[in-house]
Amino acid sequence: MSSLTILAILAVAGIVAFFIGRMRSIQVCGGRQRNLHSRPSYYGYYLAILTALPAVILLAVWSVAERPVTKYVAMQELPPTVLQGTDAEKALTMSVVDSIAQGLPKLGPEEYEVLRKARFGFVTSSDARDVLAKHGVVLGSDPDRSLLAAADELASARATSRLWLPIACFGLAALGFFWGYTRIRPELRSRNIVERVMRSGLFLASTVAVLTTVGIVLSVLFETIHFFQFVSPMDYFFGTVWDPRFATVGKAEGQFGLLPLLWGTLFISAVALLVAVPVGLFAAIYMSEYAGSKVRAFAKPVLEILAGIPTIVYGFFALSVFGPLLRDIGGNIGLDISASSVLTAGIVMGVMIIPFVSSLSDDIINAVPQSLREGSYGLGATQSETIKKVVLPAALPGIVGAVLLAASRAIGETMIVVLAAGIAANLTLNPLEPVTTITVKIVSQLTGDLEFNSPQTLVAFALGLTLFVITLGLNVYALYIVRKYREQYE
Amino acid sequence: MEAKVEDRPAARVETPAVPKESGDAAPAALGELKMKAKDVNLWYGQKQALFDVNLEIFDQSVTALIGPSGCGKSTFLRCLNRMNDVIDICRVEGDIRLEGQDIYAPQVDPVQLRARVGMVFQKPNPFPKSIYENVAYAPRLHGLCANKTELDEVVETSLIKAGLWEEVKDRLDQPGTGLSGGQQQRLCIARAISVNPEVLLMDEPCSALDPIATATIETLIDELKENLCIAIVTHSMQQAARVSQRTAFFHLGKLVEVDETSTIFTNPTDQRTQDYVTGRFG
Ligand SMILES: Nc1ncnc2c1ncn2[C@@H]1O[C@H](COP(=O)(O)OP(=O)(O)OP(=O)(O)O)[C@@H](O)[C@H]1O
Ligand SMILES: [Mg+2]
Repeated sequence: MSSLTILAILAVAGIVAFFIGRMRSIQVCGGRQRNLHSRPSYYGYYLAILTALPAVILLAVWSVAERPVTKYVAMQELPPTVLQGTDAEKALTMSVVDSIAQGLPKLGPEEYEVLRKARFGFVTSSDARDVLAKHGVVLGSDPDRSLLAAADELASARATSRLWLPIACFGLAALGFFWGYTRIRPELRSRNIVERVMRSGLFLASTVAVLTTVGIVLSVLFETIHFFQFVSPMDYFFGTVWDPRFATVGKAEGQFGLLPLLWGTLFISAVALLVAVPVGLFAAIYMSEYAGSKVRAFAKPVLEILAGIPTIVYGFFALSVFGPLLRDIGGNIGLDISASSVLTAGIVMGVMIIPFVSSLSDDIINAVPQSLREGSYGLGATQSETIKKVVLPAALPGIVGAVLLAASRAIGETMIVVLAAGIAANLTLNPLEPVTTITVKIVSQLTGDLEFNSPQTLVAFALGLTLFVITLGLNVYALYIVRKYREQYE
Repeated sequence: MEAKVEDRPAARVETPAVPKESGDAAPAALGELKMKAKDVNLWYGQKQALFDVNLEIFDQSVTALIGPSGCGKSTFLRCLNRMNDVIDICRVEGDIRLEGQDIYAPQVDPVQLRARVGMVFQKPNPFPKSIYENVAYAPRLHGLCANKTELDEVVETSLIKAGLWEEVKDRLDQPGTGLSGGQQQRLCIARAISVNPEVLLMDEPCSALDPIATATIETLIDELKENLCIAIVTHSMQQAARVSQRTAFFHLGKLVEVDETSTIFTNPTDQRTQDYVTGRFG
């Protein structure tokens, strides 16, 4: 019986238990619900939880533990020569064992007998190989006796596990059900119990989110530390040349200077902000202060669609339309613009983040209380004076926050840059030349043949951490500003 | 909302404290006719909010607008400085004159009108700027002051008139939003009088304030009316009795009755006014 079937059955059992529990509670109070501590459905939930929850937890633990435990049992059969080998060799052996073990249940009784004999040396292992081949398990060479033994143990351990899992789960469910059933009495505080379980569930969910973040950061951090054992932090943080070479050429021969990448990232982001901030801000002002409700109802969603376009599509656009266009325009006025350049990537990225700036700023401008505007009108200020002198200053901190959030979006952007700015790490002040960014280099260091012990690969983690720290800093600061601004009007 | 006369005696709300002496005193001195509204009708979209309102407001006096919630007091007040222009769906008909000039005439710029007819709102709404900047905002906007010294002077006199100077003179550079509610409201009054308006409209200026702050503002209104025409919306009958010379009673978008305050409170003509001022009205 597969875990999924067991889960489904437990779910049904839980639902049934809910109704039984509810009925039981009405029964024990003799129909007078006022005597019950909690409303009947809480008794239903109580019984359902007792029935299903422990069993589901058992199922989950069992399913996770099954693999390592059975594998451990099988490994006992392998000779020490294998066990002392490298991880890769062990993994290879285990995969052979695994494939034999998967074939075993398909064998008929006689065939299985052949295998048992081969295991203990009564027939040759090539006989066993033939038998297995008949059932689709093709082995490259005659299996060692120890391999057969391990596979045999593995298969039987699995069979045992499969046999006992449903028994244990259903047994636990039944136990929980009967125990809970006898405990249902009018004075049982089922609501408190159910709510406590709910709260633990919610708590668990938030813990998962937090732990994932911590886990990601830690794993990147460890790999980064690993990287710095190859390359000194000085060379990384202050190096001006990015030239990692290939992993196969030799260890630590390349140069891993962060500066060209950081520069490219910041340069492109700056161009993007230069495009997005004025356009986005003016759009927001128009939307919130001047546009009639009809225009607003139409234009605001359209603007927000911009934010939903996948960035790779912006990349296409930059590569196939905007880059060449810019090059041609440059050619006409005597500027030598390469098809992929800071300018192309920056402008297209700017278009991409316009919606972030505009929709956040729009919200913030709308949050400026109408009473402030009226106060200003009441003093004889015109609408534009009111916007300039009252609304925008009041909204400014929030708008700065919006821009910072947009900036961190721009800094983390990859696809547009790959397609529109190129992959050449240049330390240049000229916006018409190609540069590249941190994200692009992370991608290129992690594609192709990987060797996780070379600085060429590990540098990706260092870059990732760098990027993470930058955007995290920006986000925290932005959120701090936005929040401070919100409080002002509460 | 539907207002109706209740049978039970006046058990709820404040019974108005009618000023004792005003019953037999001579009619309060009023200045000249300042604003005059004639046959004002107003619609919010399809819904009519004001019906044929006729009201005169006199200089150097306080006119109180009273009436049950939703009867159109604020709406009428906002007609007087064309604040309703800001609301898209609002349409005004009729004739409103400031010193004989039609304020809804095409050649009148609402922006200039609002500098002459100032407004103080129900909830204090200081700008999120310093105290000084709050008061200096309008004079600067209208270019009333040639230099910083003049501006300083205007700020100071406005704050003095609003009775706030002593409390804030040492911290003019601090944010106006950091003041207490009563101080904020006085700051808003200082801001409104900084451009020397001829008329000051106040929409429930004390409704968010405690009795002490209210008393301060009432004293202030009393002093301001010496050189100003004031119209004030209030829900407190005592306040209307204390500060105003004339009182207008609105009901369901109609102006029911307008007269000397003492008359309205002691001897109104209309039964509805009688019921309202004695607290028998929902
Ligand atoms: N912006 C608006 N749009 C549509 N209807 C409005 C608007 N402002 C006011 N109204 C309507 O006009 C009527 C009068 O409102 P108004 O605010 O003038 O009442 P009020 O006498 O000031 O009441 P309150 O004492 O509660 O302040 C109400 O029925 C209200 O619903
Ligand atoms: Mg009102």
